[in-house]
Amino acid sequence: MKHRLQFTGKKLIRMALLLLGVSIVTFLLMCASPLDPLQTNIGQAALGTMSSEQIAKLQAYWGVDTPPLTRYLGWLTDVLKGDFGTSLLYRQPVLTVIGQRLISSFWLLLSAWVISGVLGLTMGVIAGACRGRWPDRLIRGYCLLISSTPAFWLAILLLLIFAVWLGWLPVGLSVPAGVEAAAVTVADRFRHAILPALTLSITGVANIALHTREKMINVMESDYVLFARARGESEISIILRHGLRNVALPAITLQFASVSEIIGGSVLVEQVFSYPGLGQAAVTAGLGSDLPLLLGITIVTAAIVFAGNLIADLLYGVIDPKIRKGAARG
Amino acid sequence: MNNMAAKDMRIGKKRTKAGRRYQSETNQRLRTVIFLIVTVVILAAVTAAGILTEGYAVETDFSQRNLSPGLQHLFGTDWMGRDMLARTLSGLSLSIRIGIMTAVVSAAVALALGTASVVLGRKADVVISWCIDLVMGIPHILLVMLISLACGRGFIGVVAGVSLSHWPSLARVIRGELMQLRQAPYILVAEKMGVSKFQNVKRHMLPHLLPQFLTGLILLFPHAILHESGVTFLGFGLSSEQPAIGVILSESMQYLTTGKWWLALFPGLALVLVVVLFALLGERVRRLLDPSSVHE
Repeated sequence: MKHRLQFTGKKLIRMALLLLGVSIVTFLLMCASPLDPLQTNIGQAALGTMSSEQIAKLQAYWGVDTPPLTRYLGWLTDVLKGDFGTSLLYRQPVLTVIGQRLISSFWLLLSAWVISGVLGLTMGVIAGACRGRWPDRLIRGYCLLISSTPAFWLAILLLLIFAVWLGWLPVGLSVPAGVEAAAVTVADRFRHAILPALTLSITGVANIALHTREKMINVMESDYVLFARARGESEISIILRHGLRNVALPAITLQFASVSEIIGGSVLVEQVFSYPGLGQAAVTAGLGSDLPLLLGITIVTAAIVFAGNLIADLLYGVIDPKIRKGAARG
Repeated sequence: MNNMAAKDMRIGKKRTKAGRRYQSETNQRLRTVIFLIVTVVILAAVTAAGILTEGYAVETDFSQRNLSPGLQHLFGTDWMGRDMLARTLSGLSLSIRIGIMTAVVSAAVALALGTASVVLGRKADVVISWCIDLVMGIPHILLVMLISLACGRGFIGVVAGVSLSHWPSLARVIRGELMQLRQAPYILVAEKMGVSKFQNVKRHMLPHLLPQFLTGLILLFPHAILHESGVTFLGFGLSSEQPAIGVILSESMQYLTTGKWWLALFPGLALVLVVVLFALLGERVRRLLDPSSVHE
């Protein structure tokens, strides 16, 4: 137990350092940008008509005139106190904006993550078990096609088919337009989330399925499976009792590593469906040079990704007795 | 050397149908090589065609607006009467060129860092591993967005963004491979015989790494192209005057609900085909160079 705690502690410190690194890199990149936030948000024409005092005021608001180091240190001390600053575009605290966006993205991301994980694992196991036969070929072909398809194009296609032609599902947004917030039902939200979630699930499958397949093939060629066959175990029982258990470990790593990809995909997909989630906020913040919001979003997504990796590391010990004993000894 | 290893594997792993497979082995190799040549020719042709039609792609003709696909305009025309086939071709050509450039830069960075982390000792390894974790922690598209912003968007922004964000996974593979290789007897012997570190890397490690490096390089193309079009689609990449696939698709979004499906369908389909070709190319090269999967 003590080793586990030590292990977790070490990982947590590493995670904190990485987050610090992420914030520095993000900040430096935003500062290096030659794009003037005043020009992009207010426009040359409007700037021309303003007095120099007004421009100076705006410059102070967007933080153009403060040296980067002072800005970063100021930001960092505030963050350590739990204050991520105020979004310049939304004029609300960054944490409030991220909180709202995260809630509306959360179910989308979670359902896509679970569906793509379960589907990917199943497809990988089937393909690995039927290596070289038609199910394997079919699944491999599907994975090749899907991993070569841009998520946003797939989103556009689904939108064309289900929303424009068939008219079954709404075109965009997370709630019906022109309806009071109180009148929005859960069913409405669900209907609006179907297409984005479907897109993300379809695209998330390929990587997990292909890696599981490789691993499954290794397992199926191992001596213990040969022995099980010789003992007369049925193919189904071999897959369930030997295959799945040995594939579970790498599958878990992949599943938690895919968090990053799903968040990345959601940036594009939310843009297509005008779904007001975290990804869309990131795009808005990026296009509008909203430094505090973009910093906040990058840190929060990186924290989610690192947390996923940490959970995967910890789950290893729970699932695999070999690693548990190895950790205790070493 | 690879041939020898492949042959050993073949003999060692004979299966029930091995007799027949063994006979068709040369054909398999030949087929793969032919496939590689055909793919490269197709991709080169698309690139060249795109460069040639670039002028035609921006030509507007308001008497030919919003035509659905037909004999005269195979992919239809858009709301300014531009031919979508020409636009798609020049977009693909641009994508392929950016893809090649960024994949080469990414792979070079990956090779340099992966080698450095093994050769320069423990401290360098810790730092480089930390950097790899750091870059992998930020979702790709977000990082490309940030780097592109730092470079002021546009062509340079996309190229810098994509090439500086795609190296970590390959770097990790190269590092892992070299870590194992470092303990190999022939490397240890060479070290004992006084071969310098640099010579050792150049003469013994890198040649061993070449197949994996090449495959990794080619398999970077699909990612690079997809992220380039994605980030352009979001508005952080190429400017809207350039005929990039991302630009075409993001413009088509405004016309979807009015039923102009061809604006989105064909350019996207063409992009998927190009990416599939690159992925198949990488897969075939891997099979050709990696003896353990020569059976498949």
